[in-house]
Amino acid sequence: MLLISCPNCGSRDETEFHYGGQAHVPYPENPNELNDREWAEFLFYRDNTKGTFAERWLHSTGCRQWFNMLRDTVTYDIQAVYPMGTPRPATAAPNAAESGTASLAADSTTTGTAGPSIAAPSTSATSITATSTTQSGTTAPEGATK
Amino acid sequence: MANTAALTGINGLREIRRSPASHLAKALEAGSVPGKIVLKEGPFQTMAGVRVDPTSEEGTRIASVTGGLPARCGEVAGTEGLSVLWLGPSEFLVVAPEEAHDSLGGDLIGSLTDALGDAPGQVVDLSANRTTFELSGPRARAVLEKGCALDLHPRSFTPGTALTTEVGNIPVTLLKTGEESFRLFPRASFADFLGRWLLDGMREFASPEVP
Ligand SMILES: [Zn+2]
Repeated sequence: MLLISCPNCGSRDETEFHYGGQAHVPYPENPNELNDREWAEFLFYRDNTKGTFAERWLHSTGCRQWFNMLRDTVTYDIQAVYPMGTPRPATAAPNAAESGTASLAADSTTTGTAGPSIAAPSTSATSITATSTTQSGTTAPEGATK
Repeated sequence: MANTAALTGINGLREIRRSPASHLAKALEAGSVPGKIVLKEGPFQTMAGVRVDPTSEEGTRIASVTGGLPARCGEVAGTEGLSVLWLGPSEFLVVAPEEAHDSLGGDLIGSLTDALGDAPGQVVDLSANRTTFELSGPRARAVLEKGCALDLHPRSFTPGTALTTEVGNIPVTLLKTGEESFRLFPRASFADFLGRWLLDGMREFASPEVP
């Protein structure tokens, strides 16, 4: 069970949340100009990152608000929680003492204290930049977008 | 729960209204252990779902009707007999006695709607959306902790606090009304499940304690 720090509600069980897939996938500026392949890639193709991944989450049985999260897909280490619409924060240098593992996440249930604090070992997984529609520095193995 | 005879109106429909867990009334009574743990379904209440930006002008108007709006998760605002529960940064649940409903001589829904006016937001009559369970007694917390992952210890969950979370794996708004009393707001369709789930959790306290 992950403990996820909702920016509004504080630390809650994973079962209260709904996963919203990869974050920072912008809607095409001119959808009409896309060919079928590009449109399909926007709709269905997502990075399959091994390591730090930016994703959207919804606190569905709590405050019903969306937020973004940086999570390590290998260790499940939650590295940052940040509002919708803000750019992906850079991951800080490894700092084992403060790494936001699930059990050490901000733990007040009555106050929303979770800011975008970033401190975690980043298992940098990929170096090949994706060709896809992702705006920010999200990377994925090349095969992920083909 | 039971019909309130004094309340008539709505073309006689009030008399045939049954609460979502009324069929469990006897079981709830039988399962309660006075002095340890008591569970019953609360009376009908008037509830309104309000979505409004609390920092806006219309938010101020709504707040003047309800006696304030809670600012953050857990907070409960309101006045005597009227509570405003925080559901989200711009979403609130107004809970008042049944008589506050416009169809029974009150003016709660109407005055909230008027306060919002044409401004962005919504006021929805949710009086039939949820029922209430009242769980009280020294063992109330122990029963809830069987199916609620929040820290319910009094140092963290104090009377006059309400949290929207899961109890027994279903979505519930949990209001702490006193040191040993809680009010649970499940959606009507979950009333049967949650009632039986709580009864099951209470059962061990009816037996003599194992030394
Ligand atoms: Zn939340």
